[in-house]
Amino acid sequence: MNPDIAEDAAPAWDLIPSGETLIIVEIRTGDRSAANLIARAFAEKIAGASLPFVYDIVPAMTTVGVHYTPQHVPLGGPDVLPHRVVTDQLGKLLADALPGKRAVPRVIEIPVCYGGEHGPDLDAVASLCGLSTSDVVRLHTASLADVMLIGFAPGLPYIGTLDGQLAVPRRATPRTAVAPGSIGLANRQSVIYPATLPGGWNLIGKTPLQMFDPSRADPCLLRPGDQVRFMSITSSQFDALNEHPGGL
Amino acid sequence: MTIEVIKPGALTTLQDLGRTGFQHLGVPVNGAMDERAHRLANALVGNPRTTATLEVTLMGPTLRFHVDCVIAITGADLDVKLDDTPCPLAQATNVRAGRVLAFGKRRSGVRAYLAVRGGFAAAPVMNSVSLFTRGSYGGFSGKPLAKGTVIELVAPQTHVQKDSGTIHRWPAFDPAVLSSDDAPIRVTKGCQWLFFSDRAQHALQHEPFRITPQSDRMGLRLAGAELALTDARQVDSEAVSFGTLQVPPDGNPIVLMADRQTTGGYPKIAQVCAVDLPRLAQKMPGESLHFSLIDIDDAQRLLLSQERTFAAIEAHRDGNDRLE
Repeated sequence: MNPDIAEDAAPAWDLIPSGETLIIVEIRTGDRSAANLIARAFAEKIAGASLPFVYDIVPAMTTVGVHYTPQHVPLGGPDVLPHRVVTDQLGKLLADALPGKRAVPRVIEIPVCYGGEHGPDLDAVASLCGLSTSDVVRLHTASLADVMLIGFAPGLPYIGTLDGQLAVPRRATPRTAVAPGSIGLANRQSVIYPATLPGGWNLIGKTPLQMFDPSRADPCLLRPGDQVRFMSITSSQFDALNEHPGGL
Repeated sequence: MTIEVIKPGALTTLQDLGRTGFQHLGVPVNGAMDERAHRLANALVGNPRTTATLEVTLMGPTLRFHVDCVIAITGADLDVKLDDTPCPLAQATNVRAGRVLAFGKRRSGVRAYLAVRGGFAAAPVMNSVSLFTRGSYGGFSGKPLAKGTVIELVAPQTHVQKDSGTIHRWPAFDPAVLSSDDAPIRVTKGCQWLFFSDRAQHALQHEPFRITPQSDRMGLRLAGAELALTDARQVDSEAVSFGTLQVPPDGNPIVLMADRQTTGGYPKIAQVCAVDLPRLAQKMPGESLHFSLIDIDDAQRLLLSQERTFAAIEAHRDGNDRLE
């Protein structure tokens, strides 16, 4: 076995304290999709360890944030500080984290009515990509994509990495209000707006599903590590399925 | 068993220690802006630290009590009166049914915390009753106090313990933990400290920053010396926490506070020390402040010292409760 290849395959990462209650695991690799895969695997590994002082584990694009309560960290001696103990424990935990057996992802189907009033930027996206609108829809619905992270707002997923032909930039001028359910596309990723929010992504369609509802037992429809398949529906199917007639 | 809202005040919200466990789903933590004042108010009335208090902002409410109960008010001095008598701060006080508690003119600070023995009744959303105003959930029906809101109490109990109800007789915080009002706000280096120019690193430690009026529970927007990066660069969004000092491209830093997002995409120059967040939460828009840099070891020592004092306060109080 070529040792160079083995070394390349091993994930490289740093543990950086961000104040007294947060440690950032930063994955060092040039490929963001690969880094994100490692970030999600690390997040699962840390969650699986059930460390009693850790209260939130936040995977992002190329990092994992580990929030902890310093006063709950068992200290080995009088001069030992919590951040060193947590760094040590995370270091040991992650050293043998990969390649691991990852949980089988859930697959969630997201019905989308593309174009028209629900996707006002579909035509512009198609012409930027040099494709027809039906090609954009075909590529967007073609394969499973990962929920890379959830952030910016409660229940707002970043989904990728989509087909290389869907590499459009964000809009030059963000909209001040994007309707709930709107599907944004930019840089081979999609977002789904869970509520009325400002946003600069190209809007190509809308789903009738409610992404976030604080009153549900499981408030978020998606979580990091899920896989998503977008499915094209007609506007009459959209109306039949619509879960938020009055907006959120 | 109710309290009636006669005047709601500018922004009076129910807050506890926050909504943890959901940040991986993009759900903000929320919770009290001044956690120390919140916990002291609870300790004074004999509640656990996790019980929700009312966070009263600048112009406070007027409340009529329809039940006998024990209250305590901490944090900002907003000239509170019980009927026409000044209501003492940082002390457990018996309130009889029929009396009116009125917050008046601000004397110091920004946010006062009102605790009631037994707590306010509210339905938890994702394990917390903290109001998230932007999300319209938590608190009383997802909103700040409004005129006519009727607040239910969980289990009001009267009688104040002789020695336990006065903060001045309690184990005291180390002066280094509290520090004086005008002392610099202590920070540790942020994850992207090295991305910033020497000039920016120097300015953060030596030049004043003013809190602008665009500040709220989500973040304090500061104006001062421009904090520039050595090179323009993109940073991927990553986890942030209470007190993260992030710098958007315009060079004016924002301190992320209780209603912050879970992740942020601007470079993080520094992180406000946990023990100094309460002082920051009590500063008015228009006020200026300085930062001083300490290392993470010292920052954690200060936090552990604060926690030891809280543990002693709670033990002291529980001891007195048992003697009753």
